Amino acid sequence: MKEEVRLMKGNEAIAHAAIRYGCDGYFGYPITPQSEVLETLEELMPWETTGMVVLQAESEVAAINMVYGGAASGKAVMTSSSSPGVSLKQEGISYIAAASLPALILNVMRGGPGLGTIQPSQADYFQATKGGGHGDYHLIVLAPSTVQEMVDFVGLGFDLAFKYCNPAMILADGIVGQMMEKVVLPEQRPRRTDEEIRKQCPWAANGRADGRKRNVITSLELESSRMEIINHELQARYKQIEENETRWEEIDVEGADYLIVAFGSIARICAKAKEMAAEKGIKVGIVRPITLWPFPTKAIEEAAKGKKGILCVELNAGQMIEDVRLAVHDSLPVEHFGRLGGIIPSPDEVLEALEKKIIK
Amino acid sequence: MKEEIIIAGFGGQGVLSMGKILAYSGLMDDKEVTWMPSYGPEQRGGTANVTVILSDERISSPVLDSFDIVVALNQQSLDKFAPKVKKGGILIYDTNGIHNRPTRDDIEIYPIDAMDATLDLGNSKAYNMVVMGALLEAMPYKLPMENVIKGLKKSLPERHHKLIPLNEQAIEKGRALLKK
Repeated sequence: MKEEVRLMKGNEAIAHAAIRYGCDGYFGYPITPQSEVLETLEELMPWETTGMVVLQAESEVAAINMVYGGAASGKAVMTSSSSPGVSLKQEGISYIAAASLPALILNVMRGGPGLGTIQPSQADYFQATKGGGHGDYHLIVLAPSTVQEMVDFVGLGFDLAFKYCNPAMILADGIVGQMMEKVVLPEQRPRRTDEEIRKQCPWAANGRADGRKRNVITSLELESSRMEIINHELQARYKQIEENETRWEEIDVEGADYLIVAFGSIARICAKAKEMAAEKGIKVGIVRPITLWPFPTKAIEEAAKGKKGILCVELNAGQMIEDVRLAVHDSLPVEHFGRLGGIIPSPDEVLEALEKKIIK
Repeated sequence: MKEEIIIAGFGGQGVLSMGKILAYSGLMDDKEVTWMPSYGPEQRGGTANVTVILSDERISSPVLDSFDIVVALNQQSLDKFAPKVKKGGILIYDTNGIHNRPTRDDIEIYPIDAMDATLDLGNSKAYNMVVMGALLEAMPYKLPMENVIKGLKKSLPERHHKLIPLNEQAIEKGRALLKK
Protein backbone atom coordinates (compact mmCIF):
# COMPACT_ATOMS: atom_id res chain seq x y z
CA MET A 1 0.00 0.00 0.00
CA LYS A 2 1.34 3.42 -0.94
CA GLU A 3 1.98 5.59 2.09
CA GLU A 4 -0.18 8.66 2.33
CA VAL A 5 1.43 12.08 1.89
CA ARG A 6 0.80 14.05 5.06
CA LEU A 7 1.42 17.57 6.28
CA MET A 8 3.38 17.66 9.50
CA LYS A 9 5.60 19.80 11.68
CA GLY A 10 9.20 18.60 11.89
CA ASN A 11 8.80 17.87 15.59
CA GLU A 12 5.62 15.86 15.04
CA ALA A 13 7.33 13.99 12.24
CA ILE A 14 10.15 12.94 14.59
CA ALA A 15 7.60 11.37 16.95
CA HIS A 16 5.85 9.47 14.14
CA ALA A 17 9.18 8.35 12.68
CA ALA A 18 10.41 7.06 16.05
CA ILE A 19 7.34 4.88 16.45
CA ARG A 20 7.55 3.65 12.85
CA TYR A 21 11.21 2.75 13.29
CA GLY A 22 10.34 0.43 16.13
CA CYS A 23 12.00 2.64 18.73
CA ASP A 24 11.88 1.04 22.20
CA GLY A 25 11.88 4.15 24.33
CA TYR A 26 11.79 7.93 24.34
CA PHE A 27 12.87 9.88 27.41
CA GLY A 28 12.55 13.63 27.37
CA TYR A 29 11.76 16.85 29.09
CA PRO A 30 9.80 19.65 27.41
CA ILE A 31 11.50 22.76 26.06
CA THR A 32 10.55 25.11 23.20
CA PRO A 33 10.97 24.76 20.23
CA GLN A 34 10.76 20.96 20.36
CA SER A 35 8.04 20.19 22.91
CA GLU A 36 5.79 18.79 20.16
CA VAL A 37 8.02 15.70 20.01
CA LEU A 38 6.96 14.63 23.50
CA GLU A 39 3.42 15.99 23.03
CA THR A 40 2.90 14.03 19.82
CA LEU A 41 4.27 10.84 21.35
CA GLU A 42 1.90 11.23 24.32
CA GLU A 43 -0.97 11.79 21.90
CA LEU A 44 -0.10 8.78 19.74
CA MET A 45 0.26 6.52 22.81
CA PRO A 46 2.65 4.01 21.19
CA TRP A 47 2.85 2.03 24.45
CA GLU A 48 -0.56 0.67 23.50
CA THR A 49 0.46 -0.32 19.98
CA THR A 50 4.16 -1.09 19.55
CA GLY A 51 4.92 -1.17 23.27
CA MET A 52 7.32 1.78 22.99
CA VAL A 53 7.99 3.52 26.30
CA VAL A 54 7.38 7.28 26.36
CA LEU A 55 8.50 8.95 29.54
CA GLN A 56 8.67 12.56 30.65
CA ALA A 57 11.65 12.51 32.98
CA GLU A 58 12.15 14.86 35.92
CA SER A 59 14.96 16.65 34.08
CA GLU A 60 17.16 16.53 30.99
CA VAL A 61 19.92 14.93 33.06
CA ALA A 62 17.58 12.14 34.14
CA ALA A 63 16.37 11.67 30.56
CA ILE A 64 19.84 11.20 29.07
CA ASN A 65 20.77 8.75 31.82
CA MET A 66 17.60 6.77 31.09
CA VAL A 67 18.81 6.67 27.50
CA TYR A 68 22.20 5.45 28.77
CA GLY A 69 20.51 2.64 30.64
CA GLY A 70 18.18 1.70 27.80
CA ALA A 71 21.06 1.73 25.29
CA ALA A 72 23.15 -0.46 27.59
CA SER A 73 20.49 -3.13 27.37
CA GLY A 74 20.57 -3.01 23.55
CA LYS A 75 17.31 -1.13 23.14
CA ALA A 76 16.74 1.53 20.47
CA VAL A 77 16.27 4.56 22.67
CA MET A 78 16.26 8.30 22.14
CA THR A 79 15.85 11.69 23.72
CA SER A 80 15.22 15.17 22.40
CA SER A 81 15.70 18.68 23.67
CA SER A 82 16.74 22.16 22.64
CA SER A 83 20.05 23.92 23.21
CA PRO A 84 20.03 24.67 26.99
CA GLY A 85 18.58 21.21 27.62
CA VAL A 86 21.19 19.58 25.41
CA SER A 87 23.92 21.32 27.40
CA LEU A 88 22.55 19.59 30.49
CA LYS A 89 22.78 16.24 28.72
CA GLN A 90 26.45 16.55 27.80
CA GLU A 91 27.87 14.49 30.66
CA GLY A 92 25.55 11.62 29.80
CA ILE A 93 26.36 11.92 26.10
CA SER A 94 30.08 11.65 26.82
CA TYR A 95 29.45 8.53 28.95
CA ILE A 96 27.31 6.94 26.23
CA ALA A 97 30.01 7.64 23.63
CA ALA A 98 32.74 6.31 25.93
CA ALA A 99 30.75 3.16 26.64
CA SER A 100 30.28 2.65 22.87
CA LEU A 101 26.51 2.56 22.97
CA PRO A 102 24.00 3.32 20.23
CA ALA A 103 21.48 6.08 20.98
CA LEU A 104 19.72 8.89 19.17
CA ILE A 105 19.66 12.48 20.43
CA LEU A 106 17.69 15.28 18.79
CA ASN A 107 18.66 18.91 19.31
CA VAL A 108 16.20 21.45 17.89
CA MET A 109 18.50 24.43 18.32
CA ARG A 110 17.41 27.78 19.70
CA GLY A 111 19.34 31.00 20.16
CA GLY A 112 21.91 31.12 22.95
CA PRO A 113 24.11 31.42 24.87
CA GLY A 114 22.46 30.71 28.20
CA LEU A 115 18.71 30.36 28.19
CA GLY A 116 18.84 32.71 25.22
CA THR A 117 15.73 32.82 23.09
CA ILE A 118 13.26 30.29 21.74
CA GLN A 119 13.79 31.34 18.13
CA PRO A 120 15.88 29.28 15.65
CA SER A 121 19.66 29.09 15.79
CA GLN A 122 22.60 26.95 14.67
CA ALA A 123 24.93 28.05 17.44
CA ASP A 124 25.40 24.51 18.82
CA TYR A 125 27.52 23.40 15.84
CA PHE A 126 30.70 23.39 17.92
CA GLN A 127 28.97 21.58 20.77
CA ALA A 128 27.59 18.87 18.49
CA THR A 129 30.63 18.30 16.28
CA LYS A 130 33.61 19.04 18.53
CA GLY A 131 32.60 17.30 21.69
CA GLY A 132 30.23 19.20 23.93
CA GLY A 133 30.97 16.80 26.71
CA HIS A 134 34.46 15.99 27.88
CA GLY A 135 36.99 13.67 26.30
CA ASP A 136 37.98 12.61 22.80
CA TYR A 137 34.70 11.46 21.35
CA HIS A 138 32.50 12.13 18.35
CA LEU A 139 28.81 11.92 17.68
CA ILE A 140 27.52 11.12 14.22
CA VAL A 141 25.77 14.42 13.51
CA LEU A 142 22.99 14.65 10.91
CA ALA A 143 21.59 18.03 9.83
CA PRO A 144 18.07 17.87 8.33
CA SER A 145 16.86 20.66 6.04
CA THR A 146 13.33 19.38 5.40
CA VAL A 147 10.60 17.75 7.45
CA GLN A 148 11.06 14.64 5.30
CA GLU A 149 14.70 14.53 6.37
CA MET A 150 13.60 14.79 10.01
CA VAL A 151 11.72 11.54 9.37
CA ASP A 152 14.47 9.90 7.34
CA PHE A 153 17.23 10.78 9.79
CA VAL A 154 15.48 9.05 12.68
CA GLY A 155 15.92 5.79 10.76
CA LEU A 156 19.36 6.69 9.46
CA GLY A 157 20.49 7.92 12.88
CA PHE A 158 19.43 4.73 14.64
CA ASP A 159 20.89 2.54 11.86
CA LEU A 160 24.26 4.28 12.02
CA ALA A 161 24.24 4.31 15.82
CA PHE A 162 23.75 0.54 15.91
CA LYS A 163 26.15 -0.11 13.04
CA TYR A 164 29.01 1.68 14.81
CA CYS A 165 27.87 1.39 18.45
CA ASN A 166 28.07 5.15 18.70
CA PRO A 167 25.50 7.81 19.63
CA ALA A 168 24.04 9.81 16.74
CA MET A 169 22.59 13.29 16.90
CA ILE A 170 20.02 14.97 14.69
CA LEU A 171 21.04 18.63 14.79
CA ALA A 172 17.91 20.50 13.70
CA ASP A 173 16.78 24.05 14.38
CA GLY A 174 13.58 25.86 15.28
CA ILE A 175 12.69 26.35 11.63
CA VAL A 176 12.62 22.71 10.59
CA GLY A 177 11.14 21.76 13.97
CA GLN A 178 8.23 24.17 13.72
CA MET A 179 7.46 24.29 10.00
CA MET A 180 4.96 21.99 8.29
CA GLU A 181 5.74 20.24 5.04
CA LYS A 182 4.75 17.18 3.11
CA VAL A 183 6.05 13.94 4.52
CA VAL A 184 5.79 10.29 3.71
CA LEU A 185 6.34 8.06 6.71
CA PRO A 186 8.19 4.77 6.42
CA GLU A 187 6.33 1.52 6.99
CA GLN A 188 5.83 0.41 10.58
CA ARG A 189 8.68 -1.83 11.68
CA PRO A 190 8.16 -4.14 14.59
CA ARG A 191 10.28 -3.51 17.67
CA ARG A 192 13.10 -6.03 17.90
CA THR A 193 12.46 -9.07 20.05
CA ASP A 194 14.76 -9.90 22.96
CA GLU A 195 16.22 -12.66 20.84
CA GLU A 196 16.97 -10.29 17.97
CA ILE A 197 18.60 -7.85 20.40
CA ARG A 198 20.78 -10.64 21.80
CA LYS A 199 21.89 -11.46 18.27
CA GLN A 200 22.45 -7.88 17.11
CA CYS A 201 23.94 -6.61 20.37
CA PRO A 202 26.02 -9.40 21.95
CA TRP A 203 27.56 -6.72 24.18
CA ALA A 204 24.23 -5.72 25.76
CA ALA A 205 23.64 -6.00 29.50
CA ASN A 206 20.26 -7.64 29.11
CA GLY A 207 20.38 -10.67 31.33
CA ARG A 208 22.30 -13.93 31.03
CA ALA A 209 19.37 -16.16 30.14
CA ASP A 210 21.53 -17.90 27.54
CA GLY A 211 24.33 -18.52 30.02
CA ARG A 212 26.76 -16.21 28.25
CA LYS A 213 29.73 -14.47 29.85
CA ARG A 214 29.01 -11.38 31.92
CA ASN A 215 28.79 -8.11 29.91
CA VAL A 216 30.13 -5.03 31.67
CA ILE A 217 29.22 -1.60 30.36
CA THR A 218 31.12 1.30 31.83
CA SER A 219 32.92 4.46 30.82
CA LEU A 220 35.37 4.10 33.71
CA GLU A 221 38.80 2.50 33.32
CA LEU A 222 41.26 3.45 36.03
CA GLU A 223 44.13 1.59 34.39
CA SER A 224 45.59 4.23 32.03
CA SER A 225 47.22 1.76 29.67
CA ARG A 226 43.83 0.11 29.20
CA MET A 227 42.12 3.49 28.82
CA GLU A 228 44.56 4.39 26.07
CA ILE A 229 43.61 1.24 24.19
CA ILE A 230 39.93 2.09 24.57
CA ASN A 231 40.66 5.54 23.15
CA HIS A 232 42.55 4.05 20.21
CA GLU A 233 39.62 1.74 19.55
CA LEU A 234 37.27 4.72 19.54
CA GLN A 235 39.55 6.64 17.19
CA ALA A 236 39.77 3.67 14.81
CA ARG A 237 36.00 3.54 14.71
CA TYR A 238 35.75 7.30 14.08
CA LYS A 239 38.12 6.89 11.15
CA GLN A 240 35.90 4.16 9.76
CA ILE A 241 32.84 6.39 10.14
CA GLU A 242 34.66 9.24 8.38
CA GLU A 243 35.52 6.95 5.49
CA ASN A 244 32.09 5.39 5.08
CA GLU A 245 29.43 7.77 6.27
CA THR A 246 30.22 11.29 5.08
CA ARG A 247 27.15 12.74 3.38
CA TRP A 248 26.46 16.00 1.61
CA GLU A 249 24.32 17.53 -1.13
CA GLU A 250 25.58 19.67 -4.01
CA ILE A 251 23.40 22.05 -6.00
CA ASP A 252 24.78 23.41 -9.30
CA VAL A 253 28.36 23.40 -8.08
CA GLU A 254 29.74 22.71 -11.55
CA GLY A 255 30.05 25.85 -13.61
CA ALA A 256 29.47 28.13 -10.63
CA ASP A 257 31.82 31.03 -9.85
CA TYR A 258 30.98 31.20 -6.17
CA LEU A 259 30.12 28.69 -3.50
CA ILE A 260 27.77 28.88 -0.54
CA VAL A 261 28.25 26.31 2.22
CA ALA A 262 25.29 26.03 4.58
CA PHE A 263 23.57 23.28 6.55
CA GLY A 264 20.05 22.50 7.71
CA SER A 265 17.14 24.80 6.97
CA ILE A 266 19.52 27.70 6.26
CA ALA A 267 20.75 25.87 3.16
CA ARG A 268 17.23 26.34 1.77
CA ILE A 269 17.28 30.07 2.41
CA CYS A 270 20.59 30.04 0.53
CA ALA A 271 19.01 28.05 -2.32
CA LYS A 272 16.50 30.87 -2.73
CA ALA A 273 19.35 33.43 -2.63
CA LYS A 274 21.08 31.37 -5.31
CA GLU A 275 17.96 31.58 -7.54
CA MET A 276 17.90 35.35 -7.01
CA ALA A 277 21.61 35.57 -7.83
CA ALA A 278 21.04 33.64 -11.06
CA GLU A 279 18.52 36.29 -12.14
CA LYS A 280 21.34 38.83 -11.79
CA GLY A 281 23.70 36.61 -13.79
CA ILE A 282 25.72 35.53 -10.73
CA LYS A 283 26.50 31.81 -10.79
CA VAL A 284 26.39 30.29 -7.33
CA GLY A 285 26.69 26.67 -6.29
CA ILE A 286 25.71 25.25 -2.92
CA VAL A 287 27.31 22.53 -0.84
CA ARG A 288 25.09 21.38 2.00
CA PRO A 289 26.86 19.16 4.52
CA ILE A 290 24.34 16.52 5.65
CA THR A 291 26.69 14.89 8.13
CA LEU A 292 28.32 17.69 10.14
CA TRP A 293 30.49 15.04 11.70
CA PRO A 294 31.99 13.40 9.76
CA PHE A 295 32.39 16.69 7.85
CA PRO A 296 32.50 16.52 4.04
CA THR A 297 36.02 17.96 3.94
CA LYS A 298 37.09 16.35 0.68
CA ALA A 299 33.83 17.23 -1.08
CA ILE A 300 34.24 20.90 -0.18
CA GLU A 301 37.90 20.89 -1.18
CA GLU A 302 36.86 19.43 -4.54
CA ALA A 303 33.88 21.78 -5.00
CA ALA A 304 36.02 24.83 -4.23
CA LYS A 305 38.34 24.16 -7.15
CA GLY A 306 38.13 26.97 -9.71
CA LYS A 307 35.78 29.04 -7.56
CA LYS A 308 36.38 32.68 -6.69
CA GLY A 309 35.18 32.56 -3.11
CA ILE A 310 33.05 30.80 -0.52
CA LEU A 311 30.36 32.27 1.72
CA CYS A 312 29.55 30.21 4.81
CA VAL A 313 26.04 30.98 5.95
CA GLU A 314 25.18 29.86 9.47
CA LEU A 315 22.83 31.02 12.23
CA ASN A 316 25.80 31.65 14.48
CA ALA A 317 28.86 33.86 14.71
CA GLY A 318 31.01 31.58 12.55
CA GLN A 319 31.47 27.97 13.60
CA MET A 320 31.30 25.65 10.58
CA ILE A 321 33.47 28.17 8.71
CA GLU A 322 36.46 26.78 10.62
CA ASP A 323 35.92 23.35 9.06
CA VAL A 324 35.37 24.90 5.62
CA ARG A 325 38.62 26.86 5.91
CA LEU A 326 40.49 23.71 6.93
CA ALA A 327 39.02 21.95 3.90
CA VAL A 328 40.21 24.51 1.36
CA HIS A 329 43.61 25.40 2.91
CA ASP A 330 43.38 29.16 2.25
CA SER A 331 43.23 28.50 -1.50
CA LEU A 332 40.41 31.03 -1.89
CA PRO A 333 38.61 33.64 0.22
CA VAL A 334 36.16 32.17 2.74
CA GLU A 335 33.81 34.55 4.54
CA HIS A 336 31.04 34.08 7.06
CA PHE A 337 27.53 35.48 7.15
CA GLY A 338 25.13 34.82 9.96
CA ARG A 339 22.41 36.27 12.14
CA LEU A 340 22.49 35.73 15.86
CA GLY A 341 20.19 35.27 18.80
CA GLY A 342 17.27 33.72 16.93
CA ILE A 343 17.04 36.05 13.93
CA ILE A 344 16.56 34.31 10.58
CA PRO A 345 18.16 36.01 7.58
CA SER A 346 16.06 36.48 4.45
CA PRO A 347 17.31 35.25 1.07
CA ASP A 348 17.82 38.94 0.14
CA GLU A 349 20.21 39.37 3.05
CA VAL A 350 22.19 36.28 2.03
CA LEU A 351 22.54 37.58 -1.52
CA GLU A 352 23.58 40.99 -0.24
CA ALA A 353 26.23 39.39 1.99
CA LEU A 354 27.52 37.35 -0.95
CA GLU A 355 27.81 40.49 -3.08
CA LYS A 356 29.48 42.55 -0.34
CA LYS A 357 31.80 39.98 1.19
CA ILE A 358 32.74 37.72 -1.69
CA ILE A 359 31.98 39.29 -5.06
CA LYS A 360 32.82 42.90 -3.99
CA MET B 1 2.67 28.22 -10.33
CA LYS B 2 4.05 29.62 -7.12
CA GLU B 3 2.26 31.68 -4.47
CA GLU B 4 4.26 33.12 -1.60
CA ILE B 5 1.79 34.25 1.05
CA ILE B 6 1.96 35.68 4.55
CA ILE B 7 -1.04 35.93 6.86
CA ALA B 8 -0.52 38.18 9.88
CA GLY B 9 -2.68 39.38 12.75
CA PHE B 10 -3.30 39.04 16.47
CA GLY B 11 -2.76 35.76 18.25
CA GLY B 12 -6.19 34.15 18.57
CA GLN B 13 -7.58 35.41 15.26
CA GLY B 14 -7.03 32.02 13.70
CA VAL B 15 -4.08 33.11 11.59
CA LEU B 16 -2.08 29.91 12.04
CA SER B 17 -5.04 27.61 11.49
CA MET B 18 -6.09 29.54 8.40
CA GLY B 19 -2.57 29.03 7.08
CA LYS B 20 -2.82 25.36 7.92
CA ILE B 21 -6.11 24.96 6.04
CA LEU B 22 -4.61 26.81 3.07
CA ALA B 23 -1.55 24.55 3.15
CA TYR B 24 -3.70 21.42 3.37
CA SER B 25 -5.87 22.66 0.50
CA GLY B 26 -2.71 23.08 -1.58
CA LEU B 27 -1.60 19.58 -0.59
CA MET B 28 -4.99 18.21 -1.74
CA ASP B 29 -4.44 20.03 -5.05
CA ASP B 30 -1.12 18.20 -5.44
CA LYS B 31 1.11 21.21 -4.78
CA GLU B 32 4.33 21.42 -2.86
CA VAL B 33 3.63 23.30 0.36
CA THR B 34 5.43 24.83 3.32
CA TRP B 35 3.85 26.36 6.44
CA MET B 36 6.19 28.35 8.62
CA PRO B 37 4.68 29.98 11.72
CA SER B 38 5.95 32.60 14.06
CA TYR B 39 6.01 30.62 17.28
CA GLY B 40 6.30 31.06 21.00
CA PRO B 41 4.99 34.02 22.99
CA GLU B 42 3.72 35.63 19.81
CA GLN B 43 0.93 33.07 19.72
CA ARG B 44 -0.39 34.12 23.09
CA GLY B 45 -1.88 37.54 22.60
CA GLY B 46 0.86 39.24 20.62
CA THR B 47 1.15 39.29 16.86
CA ALA B 48 1.14 36.00 15.00
CA ASN B 49 2.01 35.32 11.41
CA VAL B 50 2.43 32.37 9.12
CA THR B 51 4.17 32.08 5.78
CA VAL B 52 2.52 29.63 3.39
CA ILE B 53 4.10 28.74 0.06
CA LEU B 54 2.22 26.76 -2.60
CA SER B 55 4.19 25.70 -5.64
CA ASP B 56 4.47 23.24 -8.52
CA GLU B 57 8.19 22.94 -7.85
CA ARG B 58 10.27 21.92 -4.85
CA ILE B 59 10.25 24.88 -2.42
CA SER B 60 13.59 26.29 -1.35
CA SER B 61 13.32 28.83 1.46
CA PRO B 62 10.32 28.57 3.79
CA VAL B 63 11.28 32.02 5.14
CA LEU B 64 10.82 35.05 2.89
CA ASP B 65 11.23 38.78 2.89
CA SER B 66 8.79 39.64 0.10
CA PHE B 67 5.45 38.11 -0.79
CA ASP B 68 3.02 37.70 -3.67
CA ILE B 69 0.14 38.09 -1.25
CA VAL B 70 -0.01 39.70 2.19
CA VAL B 71 -3.09 39.27 4.38
CA ALA B 72 -2.95 41.75 7.28
CA LEU B 73 -5.52 41.59 10.06
CA ASN B 74 -4.39 44.45 12.30
CA GLN B 75 -2.58 47.77 12.05
CA GLN B 76 0.75 46.38 13.28
CA SER B 77 0.76 43.65 10.65
CA LEU B 78 -0.34 46.05 7.94
CA ASP B 79 2.48 48.47 8.79
CA LYS B 80 5.02 45.66 8.90
CA PHE B 81 4.05 43.69 5.81
CA ALA B 82 2.45 46.13 3.33
CA PRO B 83 5.93 47.28 2.22
CA LYS B 84 6.85 43.62 1.66
CA VAL B 85 4.27 42.93 -1.06
CA LYS B 86 6.12 42.31 -4.33
CA LYS B 87 5.48 44.88 -7.06
CA GLY B 88 2.25 43.83 -8.78
CA GLY B 89 1.35 41.68 -5.79
CA ILE B 90 -1.77 41.63 -3.66
CA LEU B 91 -2.54 43.14 -0.25
CA ILE B 92 -5.71 42.16 1.59
CA TYR B 93 -6.47 43.80 4.91
CA ASP B 94 -9.31 43.96 7.38
CA THR B 95 -10.42 47.56 7.78
CA ASN B 96 -11.50 46.94 11.36
CA GLY B 97 -9.39 49.12 13.67
CA ILE B 98 -7.20 50.40 10.84
CA HIS B 99 -6.41 54.12 11.05
CA ASN B 100 -3.43 54.28 8.70
CA ARG B 101 -4.44 52.92 5.33
CA PRO B 102 -1.82 51.64 2.90
CA THR B 103 -0.84 54.05 0.13
CA ARG B 104 1.13 51.94 -2.36
CA ASP B 105 -0.03 52.28 -5.95
CA ASP B 106 2.11 49.50 -7.45
CA ILE B 107 0.10 46.66 -5.93
CA GLU B 108 -3.53 45.55 -5.82
CA ILE B 109 -5.13 46.46 -2.51
CA TYR B 110 -8.32 44.87 -1.19
CA PRO B 111 -9.72 46.35 2.01
CA ILE B 112 -12.36 43.99 3.46
CA ASP B 113 -14.70 44.20 6.41
CA ALA B 114 -14.37 40.60 7.43
CA MET B 115 -15.51 41.14 11.01
CA ASP B 116 -18.86 42.54 9.91
CA ALA B 117 -19.33 39.69 7.47
CA THR B 118 -18.51 37.20 10.21
CA LEU B 119 -21.04 38.72 12.60
CA ASP B 120 -23.66 38.24 9.83
CA LEU B 121 -22.90 34.52 9.99
CA GLY B 122 -23.57 34.51 13.71
CA ASN B 123 -20.36 32.70 14.71
CA SER B 124 -17.30 34.82 15.36
CA LYS B 125 -15.05 31.76 15.16
CA ALA B 126 -15.63 31.64 11.40
CA TYR B 127 -13.71 34.91 11.04
CA ASN B 128 -10.58 33.33 9.63
CA MET B 129 -12.56 31.43 7.00
CA VAL B 130 -14.20 34.66 5.82
CA VAL B 131 -10.69 36.05 5.36
CA MET B 132 -9.69 32.79 3.66
CA GLY B 133 -12.57 33.27 1.19
CA ALA B 134 -11.29 36.72 0.28
CA LEU B 135 -7.77 35.32 -0.13
CA LEU B 136 -8.95 32.46 -2.36
CA GLU B 137 -10.89 34.92 -4.51
CA ALA B 138 -7.96 37.32 -4.88
CA MET B 139 -5.28 34.69 -5.45
CA PRO B 140 -4.24 34.27 -9.10
CA TYR B 141 -3.92 30.52 -8.53
CA LYS B 142 -7.48 29.25 -8.42
CA LEU B 143 -7.63 26.54 -5.80
CA PRO B 144 -10.63 24.31 -6.59
CA MET B 145 -13.22 24.56 -3.81
CA GLU B 146 -13.49 20.76 -3.56
CA ASN B 147 -9.83 20.64 -2.56
CA VAL B 148 -10.34 23.43 -0.03
CA ILE B 149 -13.11 21.33 1.54
CA LYS B 150 -10.78 18.33 1.55
CA GLY B 151 -8.14 20.54 3.14
CA LEU B 152 -10.60 21.58 5.84
CA LYS B 153 -11.41 17.96 6.57
CA LYS B 154 -7.73 17.10 6.83
CA SER B 155 -6.80 19.94 9.13
CA LEU B 156 -9.81 19.88 11.44
CA PRO B 157 -10.11 17.12 14.02
CA GLU B 158 -13.03 14.81 13.29
CA ARG B 159 -15.11 16.16 16.18
CA HIS B 160 -15.20 19.53 14.40
CA HIS B 161 -16.24 18.16 11.01
CA LYS B 162 -19.82 19.18 11.71
CA LEU B 163 -18.59 22.77 11.38
CA ILE B 164 -17.44 22.28 7.79
CA PRO B 165 -20.70 23.60 6.24
CA LEU B 166 -20.37 26.76 8.37
CA ASN B 167 -16.76 27.16 7.25
CA GLU B 168 -17.81 26.67 3.64
CA GLN B 169 -20.46 29.35 4.09
CA ALA B 170 -17.87 31.67 5.64
CA ILE B 171 -15.51 31.13 2.70
CA GLU B 172 -18.32 32.03 0.25
CA LYS B 173 -19.09 35.12 2.32
CA GLY B 174 -15.44 36.13 2.11
CA ARG B 175 -15.35 35.57 -1.64
CA ALA B 176 -18.42 37.81 -1.97
CA LEU B 177 -16.59 40.62 -0.14
CA LEU B 178 -14.14 40.81 -2.98
CA LYS B 179 -16.71 40.53 -5.72
CA LYS B 180 -18.53 43.62 -4.44
